[in-house]
Amino acid sequence: MAESVVEGEGGDATRRDFIHIAAGAAAVGAGAMVVWPLINQMNPAADTLALASIEFDMTKVQEGQQVVIKWQGKPVFVRYRSAAELQKLQAEPNEGKPVQPDSARTKEGHGQYLVVLGNCTHLGCVPTFGTGDYGGWFCPCHGSHYDASGRIRKGPAPLNLVVPEYEFVSDTRIKIG
Amino acid sequence: MSDHESTYVPKTAVEKWLDTRLPIVRFGADYMSLPTPKNLNYWWTFGGILALCLATQIATGIVLAMHYVPNTELAFASVERIMRDVNGGDLIRYTHANGASMFFVAVYLHMLRGLYYGSYKAPREMIWIVGCVIFFLMIATAFLGYVLPWGQMSYWGAEVITNLIGAIPGIGEPILIWLRGGPAIDNATLNRFFSLHYLLPFVIAGCVVLHLWALHHAGQNNPVGILIPKDRQKKDMVPFHPYFTVKDGFAIILFLMLFATFVFFMPNALGHADNYIPANPLQTPAHIVPEWYMLPFYAILRAVPDKFGGVLAMFGAIGVLFVLPWLDRSKVRSMRYRPTMRVFFLIFVAVGLILGWCGAQLPDAQVIPGMPSFTLVDGKLNSYLWLTRFATLYYFAFFLVILPLVGLKEKPLPIPATISEPVLSGAEEQKG
Ligand code: FES
Repeated sequence: MAESVVEGEGGDATRRDFIHIAAGAAAVGAGAMVVWPLINQMNPAADTLALASIEFDMTKVQEGQQVVIKWQGKPVFVRYRSAAELQKLQAEPNEGKPVQPDSARTKEGHGQYLVVLGNCTHLGCVPTFGTGDYGGWFCPCHGSHYDASGRIRKGPAPLNLVVPEYEFVSDTRIKIG
Repeated sequence: MSDHESTYVPKTAVEKWLDTRLPIVRFGADYMSLPTPKNLNYWWTFGGILALCLATQIATGIVLAMHYVPNTELAFASVERIMRDVNGGDLIRYTHANGASMFFVAVYLHMLRGLYYGSYKAPREMIWIVGCVIFFLMIATAFLGYVLPWGQMSYWGAEVITNLIGAIPGIGEPILIWLRGGPAIDNATLNRFFSLHYLLPFVIAGCVVLHLWALHHAGQNNPVGILIPKDRQKKDMVPFHPYFTVKDGFAIILFLMLFATFVFFMPNALGHADNYIPANPLQTPAHIVPEWYMLPFYAILRAVPDKFGGVLAMFGAIGVLFVLPWLDRSKVRSMRYRPTMRVFFLIFVAVGLILGWCGAQLPDAQVIPGMPSFTLVDGKLNSYLWLTRFATLYYFAFFLVILPLVGLKEKPLPIPATISEPVLSGAEEQKG
């Protein structure tokens, strides 16, 4: 008898521990399930995500010029590079961070057109066209210099201007996104 | 909240009835009769001033929210409507906008007071840490509020600051999108910033309660910096009211005069003209700067050539304040008795001002116009870039090297046994 009581007590204590841990774990799980929707609601809403792609008529850009279009609330530079600019890029084919040739940043057969997101990869300012030491863009915020291929050449920006996903749907139209 | 013995005696029947049910009058009375070191100087008046600032911001903010529209299409116009059409709206908005600046003037002086007199040392570490939390929340609230008018500076400030979070390797990008509610700063961002800007001041108010609770529990520091022994309490302490209500009241009046000068005569002096241009996501202003009170931290951000490194340095500059109580190795609280440390402290104040100045300049601009200089690594030596770097170095060295080392090495001046001693001996010297 005495032995079984001792055993019973020991068994009870372990069972209680188990119940405590199980209840605690269930409470944590339930808490997380309640908190998750409150966090997740801040992610992009369905209508924001629906505005994913746009088309653009390339004939609107003149040689040597750029057009800035708005895509997903951000500026996109569409640049028609002049023969002189392309020649300069030919002379220095592998630059930037990461090191890339200009051809890796354009579409085959449309090498004169550069399409990049217009936000500096440092902290997101819009670099100004045609300024800076490398004939591409200069970011006024903290002084990043980009070349005509949108590659970072000098300054605090960590990466080249981002080439968004896009394709030529016809000879003169592109679809971004 | 206070630990001293209650001296409140309910007089009327109503007070007696209330006192056994909800002793709120007792609470207030005890609060006002709190024994306070009698040698507190005017540097101790910023606590009261800050309470007033918070109340002003909350009151003006609540009424501004009755007219403001947190929508990218309407926000700018709704602020202009407040300025032009809402009855007295321009005054309320100017009070709110300049109030933020005044809040920071007061908080910086309050913090420097704590630093100089060693108010963060045992047993007051928690007062200091809660204070740091409040300071951080103030910065966050001010940033969120600055975005709301949806001007050019609002938009690009938000762009740059949220991008800081994107600099965190790996998880930065998803957090950034989560924070903005979309691929770019847009309506979703403005909406949530408004919600949080309304929320955080009340969180600050909650922290202020903790700050005061800790203060009343650990007791006030004082310019001499010694703990007042139990048996000296009668001699060295006076009740908070009327002695310090009057002193604080006088300081508040002076402070309000400065505040009113800005609101009535130069309401836009501390703002930036570009914020009266509606936000344009396709064009960055030629020169973007944050509000003046963020400039030192902005300068530190730019001092580091690496993006993530800059972000770490900037947050580190605030983070280091949290561990200050453990960095200072000196047993002596008040720098009155630490002549060596006092020099480093004054340099620190100067460096803080220099950082603020640098934050507003273009990094490549010359500090001394016309002086030729050579290029060091990635910039001219005679440029704000390098001045900022030297100042940043001192900022961190002050906390991480100077405070611990000087604390161990220096020989402090003799410390008086009581807070009355310096006053009385001074009086004798004058007589003699
Ligand atoms: S945002 Fe372009 S250099 Fe900083």
